[in-house]
Amino acid sequence: MGSPAAYSDASQAELLRRACEGDKEAFYSLVRPCERAVYVAAMSIMNNAADAEEVAQEAVLKALAHLAGFRAEAKFSTWLIQITINEARSRLRKDRRHLYESIDEPRADEEGDYTPKDFADWREIPSEVLKRDELRNALKRALATLPLKYREVLILRDIQNLSIEETAEILGISQGNVKTRLLRARLQMRDALAPGIDGSWGSGKPEYKKVRPW
Amino acid sequence: MSVIEISCLEVWRELSNYVDDDVAPELRARMEAHFKSCAHCKAVLEGTKNVVKLVADGIEYELPSGFSDRLYRKIKDK
Repeated sequence: MGSPAAYSDASQAELLRRACEGDKEAFYSLVRPCERAVYVAAMSIMNNAADAEEVAQEAVLKALAHLAGFRAEAKFSTWLIQITINEARSRLRKDRRHLYESIDEPRADEEGDYTPKDFADWREIPSEVLKRDELRNALKRALATLPLKYREVLILRDIQNLSIEETAEILGISQGNVKTRLLRARLQMRDALAPGIDGSWGSGKPEYKKVRPW
Repeated sequence: MSVIEISCLEVWRELSNYVDDDVAPELRARMEAHFKSCAHCKAVLEGTKNVVKLVADGIEYELPSGFSDRLYRKIKDK
């Protein structure tokens, strides 16, 4: 299943109208094309399938309960993903699982530049060399090392291929912030995927200068 | 035509936008000139492009089997 199908405006409006009148089939028809996007958004924050599914269900039920508050001119999938991310964050807060991970972003995006590591053997990690599931695991491990706010942007932009504008709307931040976070997310992923960090790609042993002013 | 040089720091700041083809033409020209002469930044650029490609292709979050049915059931039961 690919990204949420683009309903024609008339179709979304009609389904919405029927859903607001209590038609659950109509509501599910609105939700179904967004299932994967919702699940992926939840996964980006919860990091495990069981919690992600619970969060996804909760988010969908919340959307059902607050359907009257949805502005019909907006895009349903954007709204639903937004609810999902908020639900995931609030669950993290409650679970206190990520006590030391910053979930809330009260301050404006941070100052300070990120210095990318210098290593010569990046070319030793082409995706063709790694087996498919080795790659997937390595990527997920690397992703999990990113701070939440960078992980969210990377998922929405580079996996879900949402626009900068849509990403900004979902996360409630400026487009400038989206771009800054995306930069850091990508550079940190690069660092995390560097050969030698976990030894599993068995290449050379570059000496990394620890220059990280972030 | 001489292109005004930019620093590595400025290049890193705009790297992600550059990969997304989202920089103004003059900045683009300066960055390209920089990549020609700076091996480190060129390597970072290639690495970043690789990351974007790997992330897009490699992380497959498949819906757990039965996800849709369970979700539908939750909606119906509400």
